[in-house]
Formats: sequence, C-alpha cells, structure tokens
Amino acid sequence: MSTTALLNLDGLTKAYPGVVANDNVTLSIGAGEIHALLGENGAGKSTLVKMIYGLVQPDTGTMTLRGAAYHPNEPREARKNGVAMVFQHFSLFDALNVSENIALGMENPPTMRDLASKIKSVSQTYGLPLDPYRTVGTLSAGERQRVEIIRCLLQDPKLLIMDEPTSVLTPQEVEILFQTLRKLKSEGTSILYISHKLEEIRSLCDHATILRLGKNVGECIPAQTSARDMAELMVGTALTPPERTQRDLGPTLLQTFDLSTPAPSAFGTALKSINISVKRGEILGIGGVAGNGQDELLSVLCGETTVAAEKISFAAIPVGAMCPNARRELGLLTAPEERLGHAAAPDMSLTENALLTGAIREGLENRGFLKWTAAKSFAEKIITAFDVRTPGPDSSARSLSGGNLQKFVIGREVLQRPKALVVNQPTWGVDAAAAAAIRQSLLDLATQGAAIICISQDLDELMEISDSFSALNEGRLSTPQPVHDLTVETIGLMMGGAATDAALQNQEATV
Amino acid sequence: MDLSAINPALLIASLMVAATPILFAAIGELIAEKAGVLNLGVEGMMIIGAVAGFAVAVESGSPLLGFAAAAAAGAAFSMLFVIMTQLALANQVASGLALTLFGLGLSALLGQSYVGIKPPKLDTFDIPILSEIPGIGPALFSHDIVLYFGIALTFVIWSGLKYSRAGLVLRAVGENHDAAHALGYKVMRIRILAILFGGACAGLGGAYISLIRVPQWTQGMTAGIGWIALALVVFSSWKPLRTLLGAYLFGGITVLQLNFQAAGVAIPVEYLAMSPYLITILVLVILSADKSGAPAALGRNFHASR
Repeated sequence: MSTTALLNLDGLTKAYPGVVANDNVTLSIGAGEIHALLGENGAGKSTLVKMIYGLVQPDTGTMTLRGAAYHPNEPREARKNGVAMVFQHFSLFDALNVSENIALGMENPPTMRDLASKIKSVSQTYGLPLDPYRTVGTLSAGERQRVEIIRCLLQDPKLLIMDEPTSVLTPQEVEILFQTLRKLKSEGTSILYISHKLEEIRSLCDHATILRLGKNVGECIPAQTSARDMAELMVGTALTPPERTQRDLGPTLLQTFDLSTPAPSAFGTALKSINISVKRGEILGIGGVAGNGQDELLSVLCGETTVAAEKISFAAIPVGAMCPNARRELGLLTAPEERLGHAAAPDMSLTENALLTGAIREGLENRGFLKWTAAKSFAEKIITAFDVRTPGPDSSARSLSGGNLQKFVIGREVLQRPKALVVNQPTWGVDAAAAAAIRQSLLDLATQGAAIICISQDLDELMEISDSFSALNEGRLSTPQPVHDLTVETIGLMMGGAATDAALQNQEATV
Repeated sequence: MDLSAINPALLIASLMVAATPILFAAIGELIAEKAGVLNLGVEGMMIIGAVAGFAVAVESGSPLLGFAAAAAAGAAFSMLFVIMTQLALANQVASGLALTLFGLGLSALLGQSYVGIKPPKLDTFDIPILSEIPGIGPALFSHDIVLYFGIALTFVIWSGLKYSRAGLVLRAVGENHDAAHALGYKVMRIRILAILFGGACAGLGGAYISLIRVPQWTQGMTAGIGWIALALVVFSSWKPLRTLLGAYLFGGITVLQLNFQAAGVAIPVEYLAMSPYLITILVLVILSADKSGAPAALGRNFHASR
C-alpha cells in the first residue's frame, strides 16, 4: 500500500456460542483510503466493525491505531480516538429532533443553538441539506442517513465506518453520498465501507478485504478486479449467473386498465392511468427511482388498496375490488419491499409468518383452526429450499438478518406455486449468492408459466431477469419495451419520465 | 347548605397538601417511564415509604429523618423491581403488580405496632415576607418544607429533561434502547437509576400521607393514590408541568368536594366522591390532544445481545 496505515488489525478473533464470527482477521487501513469490507450475510463484517467501534471486545488479537495500541472498551472511547460509525439500521431516535439526535452521538456537544448552526454549516459544506429542528421521525431514509453522517462528521473523524450505507437509498441519494465520501477522502479521512454491492465498491473503493465465514480470504484492488471475481471470492465457489431458458409466452394473465389511485398520504404518490399486461411466463421489470409509485403499485396489485373491480383483471376475472386473501386464493401473490412490519411480522415466529400468507394456498387452516404441524413443515420447507440461515422455524422474524429474512419472504411466496407474483425489491440487502438464488427462483417460476412483475431499483437485476422493461415516474408507467433492444439512453429517458411514447419511438428510430 | 363555611385560604392550603403525595409519586414514575420503564408498583412503593417514614419519625422524633428514611425505603423496595425486570428480564407489568401487592401486605405487617400513634409534627416553614401577605400568605407560603421541595423538584425535572444532557440521554434510552446502546450509553444502568429515583419519590409521597396529610398510620392508607399517580403520568403526556397541574387539580377537587359534602350541598355524595377522578381525567384528556406520545420503548425489556 502506498499510504501509511491508519489502523491495523492483527489476528482478531471473536467467538459466540456455536459460531466463530471472526477468525484470526488481519487487515490494515491506510490514511485517506476508502477500504471496502466485503462478504456475504453472516460473514462476520458487522462483528469486525463492532470490535473497531468498541461495541464488542475481541477474544484475542490486537488493534493499532496510528501506531498506538487501541482497544476500545466502549464506543465513547472509539469516538475519542477519532473513529465514527454510521449504522446499517440507523441508531436514531424518532421522537427527538435532528440536533438532539446528533448531540447524543457526540462526546462534548456544544449548546443546542451552537450545535444547530454547526449542523447547518457542515451540512452545506458536504452538500447534505438538513434542518436541525425537524423531528427525525418525519425524515426519509436518505435524510436519516444524513443525520448519522453529520453526527460523525461533527467529531472530525479519522476513520469513518459505514455499514451498508446504500441499502436504503435511492440512486440519486447514493450519488450524493459518494460525492460526500470522496470529498472526505480528499480531506484525509479514511473510510471503512461495508457493502455487498460490488459495482458500488468498484467505483468508490481503493482497496477491498473479503471476509468469508469469519476469515479474511483475500484482498484486491476493486477497480482492477471484476465484480464476478470478487463475488466468487465472497462465496468461495464459482458463481453461476441465473440461467435464462428460452420461454414461450402464454396468454395474457394479469392486466390493469387505466388504473389510477389518489395518493394514500401526503408523502405518497398518486398512480396515473397505469396499463400493465403480463403474459404467462413473462417477467415484467419495473424500474424507476424510489418514491415514484412503487409501493402504491404493489399495494394496488396486492389488494391492500382496492379499486373498481374491472380495473384489474387476473385470468379474465375482475379482481380490482378483492382483498389480498381472495386474490391469493386465485393465485395472485405479492411480496412487498419492507421486510420487517410489512412482509413479515417482526415478533412472530417464522412458522407464524409462513401461516400469514400461506394459510390459504397451502391449506394450513381447517375451518378457522390452524394446522400447526403443516405450517411448521411449510416453514421448514422454505428454510431448506432458500437456504435461510436460522436456528429453526420457531425463531422470530426479527432475529434474522435482513438478507435471510428477505430469502424467507420471497421463498414463502414462490413456494406457494403462484400463477402470478408481484415482488418489490426482491434482493434488497441480500448478498450476491442469495440474490442470484432469488433471481433464479423467479426465472424458474416464469419458466413454469407464472407471470411475474418485478419492481426493483437495481437496473442490473432487471436487465438480467426481465423480458420487458418499463419505468415508473411520478406515478406514470412508461410503455414496456422488450429488454433485449433497450439502450442505456432509452432507460434513462424512461426513468426520467421525459419519454413520452413518441419521444421513445424517435429515440429508437435513431438508435 | 352553607357555602360560606368554606374558607378559601384554608381550602387552598389543604389542596396543596392533598396534591403533594400524588405529585411526588407521579413525578417519580414520570422519570421511570421516560427511561422506558413501566413500573406499576407505585402504590406498593408509596405505602412502604408511608410506613417506613412513619416508623422512623416516631422512633427518632424527627419528621425530616422520617422523610429521608421513606425515600430510602421506597428506593430499596424498588430494587426488587430492578432485580425482576432489569436483571431477570421479567415482564414489567406483572412485576409491577406484584410489587404493589407485596408492598401493601408487607407494610401492614411492619406497621402493626404503630397503629393509633401520633407522629411528631413537621413545623411549617413560613417563607419570609410572602407568608405575611394577608389571605394569600397563609394559604400559599406557610407550608412545610417537603411540600415546597416537591414543587421545586418538578421544575428541576422539567428543565432537566428539556435542557440537560442527562435528560436527553434519559429520553433517548426510553425512546430507542437499541440505538442508545449502539451509541454507547449504559441502558441498564440508566434505567436502574430511573427506577430507584421513582421508588424514592413514591416513598416520599407515601410518607407525606402518613406524616402530614392524615397524619397517622393505618393499613392500606394510600388508598389508590399510587394508581392515580400512574394515570396522571399518562394523561399529562409525560410532561412534568402538566403532571403538577393534574396533581393540583385532583387534590383541589378532592378537597373541594369534601368541603361541599361537609357544607351539605344538594348533590349526592357518590357524585361528589367521583368528581375528582372524572374532572381530572377530562381536563388532562383535553390537554393531551396534541401529538406527543408515550416513550417508544415504554415497557419493553432491553438485552444487549439482541
């Protein structure tokens, strides 16, 4: 490494009952370097950074920070040494305002008034606009992350740890974040960046360390390594990209006709005359920036929002006025984006969660009485088929890591043999191997003749699996285009909403 | 009916006395709840404070020593709640109810030999100059020091919660204990301190009943004041100054309706007797129509490994 080392980890080991989270991990982070920590869910990334941040103490091994021995017993000590951390699940207090939240993460906060003006100036310097007096509960995911970042920046950190910072951000927010991080780097701050989004790491990070099952299995320069090679290092075996078998499309199964709904809340988006038509065996990918009607579209297809019956037809039956269970009975299944609280009840066990959507199609109830044995074996079937890592079906949904729960939530719908499946962000926060497995299962489902709508913000994902693509923009859906002759320009136009159909035609004529 | 028998100065003076036990208990519970702990044992801690304060005051002849002992006894008794909920992670609702039942029984046992005794009297502390104002002076400024301490404590807690770092940390712990832990705050330690403070305050409130308001020891003499205090915390939206208002409102109407009963007002006694509860709840419900809600982590146990 060309730069001098800021932090050296030497032989760090941390074992929990039954699992060695970190096994003799050695790595070194240079000054002014963006260092990526890569690994699958459960590879031990979080434990490692928790040790650096003083939340967890290593069993053996030493750390050196700027040449001096460093063994923080609590986060306070880490912060004193210039180590700051932005958490994956934000450590914010909804009922408190931005200034109060920031003061809580500081060692010696100034008075509230000084702090507020400081927040304003820092947020302007780094292009992260933020009102110090807003209550945090009213902020969007991106704004909440800004609160965390500014909280760290105010302490003038030498090392900033970011645990999967982009998993909840829209593409624009990611761009803003990257600009901030590059600016920080140019000022000499080192960043330890945890992610499993390989393309992000390739564009942002100078150096990467890959963890697998708690061990450091390799290092690389991301810009000079292909995403595929990094993914294979993470997984430990060669990755097979999802296979697309040639499919014959059947008759149209799911259709909407000029579907419009009012915005569900002040922060929601109104859907404006949406026409969707998906055939058996077809995967329709819907892209677009978050907050342009994705949640509303899913909700209307799912049945959480009902519309006039004839607005949605499924297998030639008008279903618009039906509730979710009636639609499930017909074979129209959905998996929403928000895992905890929407797709799964956090404090209920996996068996109970399997019952919640599976009761009807899997026959898990008998005249209102639950069939626990059958429900449990259905949950076990999901766990096995989708490689959900959990002690068993009695674990609560909350206890699973995000990626594992996502596998469970998608698996639960896929295994109910849907005729049509609508998913929103199916691989959000899921590592490469699991994401590939989920995509493969969607493709397999389509091969078996199901109609699939995949709403996602991951364009690569949509290009990989979908047959046709359209984009949501301010509640309007662009005309679907076959994926194989799409160009980046067209996609950009579609996502930006600049594309009226005529403009699209022109664009295509010139391409 | 003879309303002229009601002396306004005396009425105000006695309403302040009637309000003080509720105020102490409620302000202590407010701190515990702000830290995310729902302690339903207020009634039990109060009556333990009442009997301990009474016993020590009688034995030592010093009412102030009695109050100190009551605070210590209340805190010590709440230690049981600490062990159950913070160390053994037992359910807070059940543990709190157990504390109340246990406290009522234990106090009856401890207080057997003190029934029918008069405690030493705590001298009034006449605030110079102010207490000499005719009318208002004797009503407002000629009380015992503990009563003033209760009011002062309320204001200290109000400003502490609002402006101090410690208050912010306390609110943060009650709002999201996982985040507070991640930032390096000692959730369990802060909660234990909050529970002990709640216990001490409830003890003071109990002793105020047995040493000043009544003043004598009888079994079960707190008579539901602890439950009123609990309800008051909720209805006052966890705001100290509203708690003060609620306590005074409740105390005031209690005293007023007793005066009405004595004066023979033509309203059935049952209606008069329920009026403090009804009116206090009504007023506080109207006041709490704003958006401020309960601490988000209220009643949820915290364990660092999850």
